[in-house]
Amino acid sequence: MRKMMCVALTGAVTAGLAMSSMAAEVIKIGGIGPTTGPAAIYGSNVQNAMEIAVEEVNAEGGDIQFELQFEDDQHDPETSVNAYNSLKDWGMQILGGTVTTNPCIAVGSEAVSDNMFMLTPSASSQDVISIGDNVFQVCFTDPNQGRASADYISEMELGSKIGIIYNSSDAYSTGILNTFLAEAQEKNLEVVANEAFTDDNSTDLTTQVQACKDAGADLIFLPIYYTPASQILKAANDMGYETKFFGVDGMDGILSVEGFDTSLAEGVMLLTPFVATSTDDLTVAFVKAYQDKTGDIPNQFAADAYDVVKVLYKACTEAGVTADMSASDICEALKAVITSDGFSYDGLTGESMTWDASGAVSKDPRGMVIQDGVYQPMD
Amino acid sequence: MQFLSYLARGISLGSVYALIALGYTMVYGIAKMLNFAHGDVIMVGGYVVFFTFCKGGIHPVLAIIIAMGACTLLGITIERVAYRPLRGASSLSVLITAIGVSYFLQNGAMLLWKSDPKSFTSVVKLKPLVLFGGQLQISAESIVTILVSVVIMIVLIWFVQYTKPGHAMQAVSEDRGAAQLMGINVNGIISMTFAIGSALAAVAGALLLSSYPTLIPTTGAMPGIKAFVAAVFGGIGSIPGAFLGGILLGIIENLSKAYISTQLSDAVVFLVLIVVLLVKPTGLLGRKTTVKV
Amino acid sequence: MAGRKKMKKSTRSNLMTFGFVIAFWALIEIVRMTGHMTAKIGGLLIPVCAYVVMAISLNLVVGFLGELSLGHAAFMSAGAFAGIYFYTTAGAALPQWLAVLIAFLIGGAAAGIFGVLVGIPVLRLSGDYLAIVTLASGEILKNVLGAMYIGSDSRGLHFSLKDQFSLGMEPDGKMLLKGAMGIMGIKKFSVFTVGIVLILITLIFVTNLMNSRAGRAITAIRDDEIAARATGINLTKYKLMAFVSAAVFAGFAGVLYALNYSSLVADKFDYNLSINVLVMVVLGGMGNVLGGIIAAIILTVLPEMLRGFSQYRMFIYSIVLIVMMLFNQAPAFVSWRKRFMMRFRKKAPVSGKEGI
Repeated sequence: MRKMMCVALTGAVTAGLAMSSMAAEVIKIGGIGPTTGPAAIYGSNVQNAMEIAVEEVNAEGGDIQFELQFEDDQHDPETSVNAYNSLKDWGMQILGGTVTTNPCIAVGSEAVSDNMFMLTPSASSQDVISIGDNVFQVCFTDPNQGRASADYISEMELGSKIGIIYNSSDAYSTGILNTFLAEAQEKNLEVVANEAFTDDNSTDLTTQVQACKDAGADLIFLPIYYTPASQILKAANDMGYETKFFGVDGMDGILSVEGFDTSLAEGVMLLTPFVATSTDDLTVAFVKAYQDKTGDIPNQFAADAYDVVKVLYKACTEAGVTADMSASDICEALKAVITSDGFSYDGLTGESMTWDASGAVSKDPRGMVIQDGVYQPMD
Repeated sequence: MQFLSYLARGISLGSVYALIALGYTMVYGIAKMLNFAHGDVIMVGGYVVFFTFCKGGIHPVLAIIIAMGACTLLGITIERVAYRPLRGASSLSVLITAIGVSYFLQNGAMLLWKSDPKSFTSVVKLKPLVLFGGQLQISAESIVTILVSVVIMIVLIWFVQYTKPGHAMQAVSEDRGAAQLMGINVNGIISMTFAIGSALAAVAGALLLSSYPTLIPTTGAMPGIKAFVAAVFGGIGSIPGAFLGGILLGIIENLSKAYISTQLSDAVVFLVLIVVLLVKPTGLLGRKTTVKV
Repeated sequence: MAGRKKMKKSTRSNLMTFGFVIAFWALIEIVRMTGHMTAKIGGLLIPVCAYVVMAISLNLVVGFLGELSLGHAAFMSAGAFAGIYFYTTAGAALPQWLAVLIAFLIGGAAAGIFGVLVGIPVLRLSGDYLAIVTLASGEILKNVLGAMYIGSDSRGLHFSLKDQFSLGMEPDGKMLLKGAMGIMGIKKFSVFTVGIVLILITLIFVTNLMNSRAGRAITAIRDDEIAARATGINLTKYKLMAFVSAAVFAGFAGVLYALNYSSLVADKFDYNLSINVLVMVVLGGMGNVLGGIIAAIILTVLPEMLRGFSQYRMFIYSIVLIVMMLFNQAPAFVSWRKRFMMRFRKKAPVSGKEGI
């Protein structure tokens, strides 16, 4: 057995060595995200959407052609760095990733030392873009979402006693919570209950809902993804607790959860850049393409990922990027273009999106409310 | 009153843990192995009920029976393919293989049913129990889960104590070699244990998801681990111990969420577990084994 | 196997183990010098070293002491967080080599202290109850570290177990530990040779311990606890010794691991990681140090080598794991393998158990 193991190992090493970069005709885009494990839904949505976008780009038949390679990271920083290294061996020139925040921070510093241009669809923490000047986001930065939500609630006078249920083991959720609390204090919003859960104790969320109910919260802020949110809505309904719910972009997708009773989500408000039921041409075409490919309805991760590829396409075109350029040269060219005054992009997740040197995107969140099982603009 | 409603929620959660722990403890008691894949069999049961009942619209009882059949088949197959060849090897080898099976089921489910969450429709169609003029509300799912756990516990105890196969199980549990010499078909008994444990897993899956409706391929993992803890808490191998451990674990988890810290509830649960084991090293109802020299 | 003359069996297997580690180092260095190193292999080197140290140290508990531990990752976590906390705060002012060295020492010490804390209840228990306590302590540490916020600003250090906002930090403050996001902005230090040196130190420690009086006491406890007690062996002392030494080396491994990345999160060190390390030990053969090392390398590299299978990757990994276990441990397979080998090597000794 020992011998066999040794042989297997040497084989593995040589297999790794045999891989070498090949002649470039197309620009190689890498993607990283969880396609296995508990967070797999986010990574698979991103992967599918990126594939769709790349097909569209290539079908246009322009000078710029993309080739996409997507690697799984199981939402684990170590595996994510491994995936990044694999992609580098493959010859990746631009990274469209990574999907989740903690892995993105680990990969980000690798990308900084390689000077690899990195545009993440969905790793929304402030800490992601502060790693280096080559890291950009398509999604809102968490602090902006937290602030915008508090402002919105205060302006529209949606609630006077705020309850919060958030995921304390999730970087996205804690990031939004932090600025929400700060801004709520500023705007004199009264936070009566601030309840957390973790990935490990999220089987039962009724206690948190009960705590909000007992504290008399008339609006519950949910800076979390739609899966636990659907559980919270059900728990509140079972308890006969009538309150308003206010979510962030992670809430999108709740209406397309298979088997979910959408009447529970009636009246839920959320700030989101994308809803799959929008009737504009771009969204309709994208949702159709996505459904044709996978049979599912895309969530906001997919929309962000689609925009990642399209932004890269636009930026590459404007910067005159060619396939024979090195990753570092491409990075410099893209950085210059994407932060330039004239550059703006209209996509699924926002119109006239622009970027500044910090790497954060500037776009308007849309306030949405769920009525009769569909999203309606709030104002 | 607040306390009572937190307590009621704890009991609901605990009854789910208890139901899973019964399956765990059953297999442990007879086959002497920690079946880490038990939680994933629950997940498979959940998917079967989801597709037959929630989507297929057949009667919930029928759906659960189908799921029990499917899980039994799955359990026996797993035992036959992955565990039985290792009989005679160290017990740790079987533990590791069980982990491999757990990965297999999770990743297989992901390929088969994809990773997007499904929302489960409750198999219980009754009104919640309302007490004290609406101040205390206990969901029908909880009541059904508790009743089912109690019934299963009693049936299991009866089965093990008073039936012939039950006696054979006890013998296998006591001394496998001696049981074999007495003409007991050890492999058959162990297969039967897995069949029972897996059938219970299907019931547990349906009731777990009726109370807590999110279904993804990793749904079974965390409740599985918690139920394992519950089984040890009550004294692993003991059937009433698993029930008691499960209920207590649920209560501790929810009360610590309510009164200590929502994000540290797991730390509290595990701390209580350690303290209990310090006082009673074989769990609450575990048998104290005296070693003869 | 070859050249079995006068040399003691244990000495021979130790030499083979050291030889393997050094050959591994040489192979990698040759590959690097000839310019064939890929980013993928390069990136895997430090994690491989860390997991090898984890496997060797867990072998002390599982293989030599004979107790099942499901919380070995917790010691790695304790070491990593303590060491890296120092490295990113006070250590930032020191020269890097010194900061790294002190980080290792602090990490090892922290893991050792945590090992004593866990070890005390562990000694009262046995079997699966012991396993569950180790699992529980690992989850407690993960849970607490994941909820912990530490920040520093002009008014000093702030600490909270709730959220960042309740720290009440001034705007100029810097977060040192940020709950679910852990420690960020670690200045990477990943030198393969350091990893190999750590493996060698661990090996020297373990082989010396096992050949000493203490080591014989530890294996005596494993083989028959009652007999060991009857011969006057202090069970508590030797159990704790094995347990805490394993914890210290896991702490070192944690520091080595964490220095390889720019960020460190508590979630990484959950029971899944503990179980993975246990898989390495069992797959390599309990008490078989070299087997554990090889298994650690294979299990770390394998998921990366399966990337070509895209979404089937982890599915195939699980099948490979089950098949490897069956092939390696199932009595039927073991005897079949022995018969098979006999055909080629007529004089091969038929020993009882493998690798103990």
